[in-house]
Amino acid sequence: MSDFSASEKNSLLPASEAARAIEVDHIVKKYGDFTAVDDVSFNVNNGEIFGLLGPNGAGKSTLIRMMTTLIPITAGIARIDGHDVAKDPDAVRRTIGVIPQALTSDLDLTVEENLNIYAKLYDVPAKERKRSIEELLGLVDLTKWRGAQTKTLSGGMRRRLEIARGLVHHPKIFFLDEPTTGLDPVSRVAVWEMLGNIKSQRQLTILITTHYMDEADRLCDRIAIVDHGKLVALDAPMALKASVPGSNVIEAQFENPPADWEQRLHTLDEVTSVQHEGAGMYRVLTGNGSRTTTELVEMAVAAGVPVKSLSVQNTTLDDVFVHYTGRQLRDELQKAYAFVMPQRPGLQP
Amino acid sequence: MNRIMAIVEREMRKFFRSPALMLASMIFPLVQLVILGNAFGGKIRDARLAVVDEDGGTQALKIREAFDSVRVNIRTFVPIYYDDEKKAVEDVRNGKLDGAVIIPPQFSRRVYEVNHPQIAVVVDNSDNFMSSALESELTDLVNALNQPQVEPRILQQTALEIVELYPYIEYMKYLLPGSLALAMFVSVMIGGGMLYIDDKARGVHEGYLVTPITKLELVLGLNLAGAIKAVMTGVIICVIGSLIAGVSTIFNPVTMLGLLVMIVLTSLAFNTMMFLLMVRIEDPLVPRAMFGILNTLLFFPSGSIYPIQAFPSWLRAIARVDPFTYAVDGFKCLLLKETTLAAVWGDMLFLSLFAAITLGIAIPLFKRTL
Repeated sequence: MSDFSASEKNSLLPASEAARAIEVDHIVKKYGDFTAVDDVSFNVNNGEIFGLLGPNGAGKSTLIRMMTTLIPITAGIARIDGHDVAKDPDAVRRTIGVIPQALTSDLDLTVEENLNIYAKLYDVPAKERKRSIEELLGLVDLTKWRGAQTKTLSGGMRRRLEIARGLVHHPKIFFLDEPTTGLDPVSRVAVWEMLGNIKSQRQLTILITTHYMDEADRLCDRIAIVDHGKLVALDAPMALKASVPGSNVIEAQFENPPADWEQRLHTLDEVTSVQHEGAGMYRVLTGNGSRTTTELVEMAVAAGVPVKSLSVQNTTLDDVFVHYTGRQLRDELQKAYAFVMPQRPGLQP
Repeated sequence: MNRIMAIVEREMRKFFRSPALMLASMIFPLVQLVILGNAFGGKIRDARLAVVDEDGGTQALKIREAFDSVRVNIRTFVPIYYDDEKKAVEDVRNGKLDGAVIIPPQFSRRVYEVNHPQIAVVVDNSDNFMSSALESELTDLVNALNQPQVEPRILQQTALEIVELYPYIEYMKYLLPGSLALAMFVSVMIGGGMLYIDDKARGVHEGYLVTPITKLELVLGLNLAGAIKAVMTGVIICVIGSLIAGVSTIFNPVTMLGLLVMIVLTSLAFNTMMFLLMVRIEDPLVPRAMFGILNTLLFFPSGSIYPIQAFPSWLRAIARVDPFTYAVDGFKCLLLKETTLAAVWGDMLFLSLFAAITLGIAIPLFKRTL
């Protein structure tokens, strides 16, 4: 009888709400006068891979830390699997698995010991613990390394261990904060494949933060672009790309172009925007790549301006980022990398 | 409970995988025990004492004979004969000599006339220990010379008889209780303090905080783990230190039990104190910088190396609230005096209360968020 009433209660919820794994409603985080997250709202559906994309310092980690109960929320509400993060953090913690940005597994402990300790912290019963760890070691391809001390593992393997660690208690929602930062390209692809694998085997909603366009494009069902603590765009990667006027990007570098070159490029057929990036480099968005390219080369030859390099691409998420923020994500990253944080003592590479 | 044990298990596995930590916390106090134990508390031997005999009479000869007998027997000093008083004083001043005795002209005559005969002692009082040793030896010597050859039937003087309750205690033995407490303190400083902040900085705690572990479970787990490490250090140092210093009381079963209880309580009190000090610290440099200050502030006033009774009142006030004082007192009673547990219950009570109070303050201060 009680079962019936419970299911009836559930069915009363609007379908869209029942399907929501994460609801973030006008969330704000302030540190003194500085607003790290500024009135952000979004929902993540059950079974979705949702990406938070933005440069370093955009507020992605602050957002994920509020959703995972790690830092208090200044204003607004976040609900994880229906539980209010501020009011019922314990229920939230039981529902979620979290992979922090830093590699935090214990270096002196073995792979299996690390997993065991976390299973105990999550109160996984002894019998279930053994079975679950066995399964996870297979899933992240570390069975062979179960007895190895974590400090002997490569960065990619350690990241895979952390992913397994976040899943020991069968969470419903999985948060990953920049899971491939600092990994080499091969390890990155391995992590992507593994996440796809996990997704297909377990009923899991995944929220991932990244500053890699290709990562977001390849993994995510929907992407939210975050900049200066604000949400600037949210949609499926395809839809985001379609929202940028023009379907192709021409990047061309000229030798000593005349001063009015930008305006002259604008006059070409189907060109929607032209951006001068310095050193004779221009970025031209167009609805018809091949036609604009032909005209551009003809115009350069006629004007006697030599073309140093030329490339034509489909619009990428990078262009989406430029479109919504006016800046290139890779420039932002370069700025961030130019400032190297001094390493904390005790922090392992 | 399971989750507390998970924290303890992690800490213990880590502890046993890095024996350098264990060794570091044990070697420091043992080195101190051996070096300080041998460096301090020994008797002064072969101090250089100038003797300037300006009298040359028979009484002066008697004094010189007495000095020579000191040289061959107790060896507190070696008399070096000078002719010139000024030269002798100058040599004391520039450190060539440790002291000078001047027998003035007419000394022997004054003795016979009973006209206040005096000899002068010049000591280098920039070195307290040396000058007081020379002074006391020379005073003894002069007193002996003053004794009449035939003793009167009734003794005129009241003598002070010193009854030592315990067999002669060398300085190294005196140091042992302090070294034992220090070993546990170093273990707590590294195992409970530095590693705790390093783990925080490395994000290990961030990993804990996303699990359903409660604040209380996390604090108890971390404190229990820190205390267990200190207990292991304490037991090992208690045995090794006793063997080095030649203290055999550890083989008495009752004392053994008392020592174990004292070690457990001291470890708990030290660790909860360290946890309270570190509870809001984020920077891994802080515990390293605090190490020397805490060591001086807590170890030296505890009576481990010098008696509290010799302290000025403000230093005694520090000693009164310093858990080190009670730990050292308890260990001293059990190791050196072979007292029963009844004699140390006050120390045990203080350490238990201290642990409970510091933990009681630390728990609300501990942040369950980053």
